[in-house]
Amino acid sequence: MLPDRHEPFKAPLITPFTLILFTVSVIGLYFLVERFVYGLGAVTNLNQGYPWGIWVIADIKIATALGSGGFAVAALIYIFNRYEYHALMRPALLAAVLGYTLGSAAAFIDLGRYWNFYHIVLPDHAQPNSIMFEVALCMLAYTAVLWIEFAPVIADRFGWTKLKRVLRPIMVFFIALGILLPVMHQSSFGSVLLVMGSKLSPLWYSQWLPLYYLITAIAMGFAAVMVEATVASHRFRVPSEQHLLARLAKIVAVLIGLFLLMRLGELWLNDALWHVVAGDRHALMFQIELALFAIGFLVFASPGGRASERWSFIGASALVFATALYRLNAAIIGIEPLDNWSYFPSVPELMVTVGFVALEILLYLILVKLFPVLHTADVPTDNSVKA
Amino acid sequence: MTTIDRRAVLRGALGGSVAAAGSVAAPDQAAALARPPKVMPDDAVGILYDSTLCIGCKACMTGCKEANDMPVEVPASLADWNSGTWDTPIDLSGKTLNVIKVYRNGTMAEKDRAIDGFAFVKRHCLHCVDPSCVSVCPVGAMAKDPVTGIVSHDPETCIGCRYCVYGCPFGVPQFDFAGAFGKIAKCEMCSHLQAEDQTPACCDVCPTGASLFGRVDDLQAEAERRLAAAPGTSLSFPRGRLDDRGHPPNQAAVGRYIDAVYGVDEVGGTQVRYLSGVPFHMLGLPDLPARSFAAVSEGIQHTIYQNMIAPLVLLAGLLGFAHRASRRAHDPETAPLGAADGNGNGEGER
Repeated sequence: MLPDRHEPFKAPLITPFTLILFTVSVIGLYFLVERFVYGLGAVTNLNQGYPWGIWVIADIKIATALGSGGFAVAALIYIFNRYEYHALMRPALLAAVLGYTLGSAAAFIDLGRYWNFYHIVLPDHAQPNSIMFEVALCMLAYTAVLWIEFAPVIADRFGWTKLKRVLRPIMVFFIALGILLPVMHQSSFGSVLLVMGSKLSPLWYSQWLPLYYLITAIAMGFAAVMVEATVASHRFRVPSEQHLLARLAKIVAVLIGLFLLMRLGELWLNDALWHVVAGDRHALMFQIELALFAIGFLVFASPGGRASERWSFIGASALVFATALYRLNAAIIGIEPLDNWSYFPSVPELMVTVGFVALEILLYLILVKLFPVLHTADVPTDNSVKA
Repeated sequence: MTTIDRRAVLRGALGGSVAAAGSVAAPDQAAALARPPKVMPDDAVGILYDSTLCIGCKACMTGCKEANDMPVEVPASLADWNSGTWDTPIDLSGKTLNVIKVYRNGTMAEKDRAIDGFAFVKRHCLHCVDPSCVSVCPVGAMAKDPVTGIVSHDPETCIGCRYCVYGCPFGVPQFDFAGAFGKIAKCEMCSHLQAEDQTPACCDVCPTGASLFGRVDDLQAEAERRLAAAPGTSLSFPRGRLDDRGHPPNQAAVGRYIDAVYGVDEVGGTQVRYLSGVPFHMLGLPDLPARSFAAVSEGIQHTIYQNMIAPLVLLAGLLGFAHRASRRAHDPETAPLGAADGNGNGEGER
């Protein structure tokens, strides 16, 4: 057997940073307990005009978009046959496993009647007209697929060669499924909003919502991989993958360019461009979102931007925030409620979301230290010295 | 009673042009992908609410609470002077299925007048012909009766995802966020009373006939009869229900109606219809296109997922590519996502 090029990162599990993350997670957990004891109304600011809040959008739609690096990198390696990206695969896969597992957990805690949650998988309750039905089944299936894809990493750690042998012939099937399922439900996250019609600002309502959500999921997946890889190379002092990231950046530039062209073109065709400069809250949020996308696009569209580690990091970060804001805008901020409803998450509500993020980072940091996730190249680059 | 003030007036000023320019026009361009509209059952039942007949007595609210065994509601804003014995909901909620609201403008000198006037409106489920809530519910907890057309809700099935609250174009289904075990509340047109051949409570107790129960086709004919009558002339208004089991009629003057029946065309039609003396959007009844948003949403979704052909073809293609890639990479593990990758650089493999 050839030497394994993935290794657990050798560092203490308990550091000041992980202790902070742990504390923040526990605070979130405290409010979660409150949510189950006293109900959604006691913890959140949800109301009849805004029945979906930060938990649905940030913990599910945005967290899974961050985890989209898993399928985006898999597609590059296995569909576009770019094996050179394999160094990014396991870290992206771990982010996806955590993003989707916690995303599913977030969906559960947000359900007002969570004790009935299993109805979603009962055939006699199946409601194929519902986009939520498709999204839920897809998310659950994909979470399971991700764990199967991650199983070889666990097997490596414990030396379960038998498990790896069993998985070997069927893994190709799960790789394919692991690309199909997110393509389905990430686009359906956009389709979920189609029913909103006139309750959603024309700045975000579009029949192309499924395509927009798919494009931004892929772009955000790559952007998140770039951010993670850069942070990891500095924090863990492992070799930089900047030469790979620069190529990813080119793909991202094309995707975001297409996305911006379609959205602005659609507004123009619908004579709705004036909404962008209407001077109201929706216009402002759209402008911020557009600016963030534009930063990402401009950095990655220029060769100099792609080559520079610093600029790539800035561009990728801008795109992560842009997509997060796009999803917040299209699902919550862009709502035109029928009455004088307003919504801003409560402090406990925010703490649950922050707790989820902290837990995700904490688990990531722990798991890369316990399992062979990070890639160790044979030739160290000068970056490892610099960091 | 709550006020539909600033926002409603703003909509009055901007409503038409803004709606036409953007929000209403956009979904109509999805017409090509929308599935065919649903058709109302022949014997669909509904309610005709005539704002000009309503005197704001709120007997219908009390009747609704009693008939549906709903709790007394005291909003936080009124808690200072209401110790909890007096039911004072200001809007639909998890505890209130039916509410009378008032439109107010300027001096409020005259009823059913948009400027310097006021008007009542009764809000509850409109029982859409093509309901969004039924379309979006992931577990089939919302159902439309194939005979009566009544949209009902089953809390035992509901998972509490609140997609129906999110998607309803009228803001009707309400999730009770108070308490650990909330549930969706919405008007079911007193289907339990109808099963015993009785009249829905809000219509049964209405003293003026402002809320009238009947077959939707008959209610529509009744609405058109009122629109055809000369304003100010005396007319006999049925009370309770349209058939011969109603209460004795109410003789009253014909109001100055807006010449339209709300609910005929909106989002594919509704079984609750409205007559009013002021523009409907001032009463909080939104301007909506004739096509149901559910038809657009389902149409696009089922175009993408027709017979699961596209996903299966995509899966087959992905399988082929993935198989080829894993072979070419000469990965000792058949490349279970980079596991044990002896071949660090696959550059030459392409």
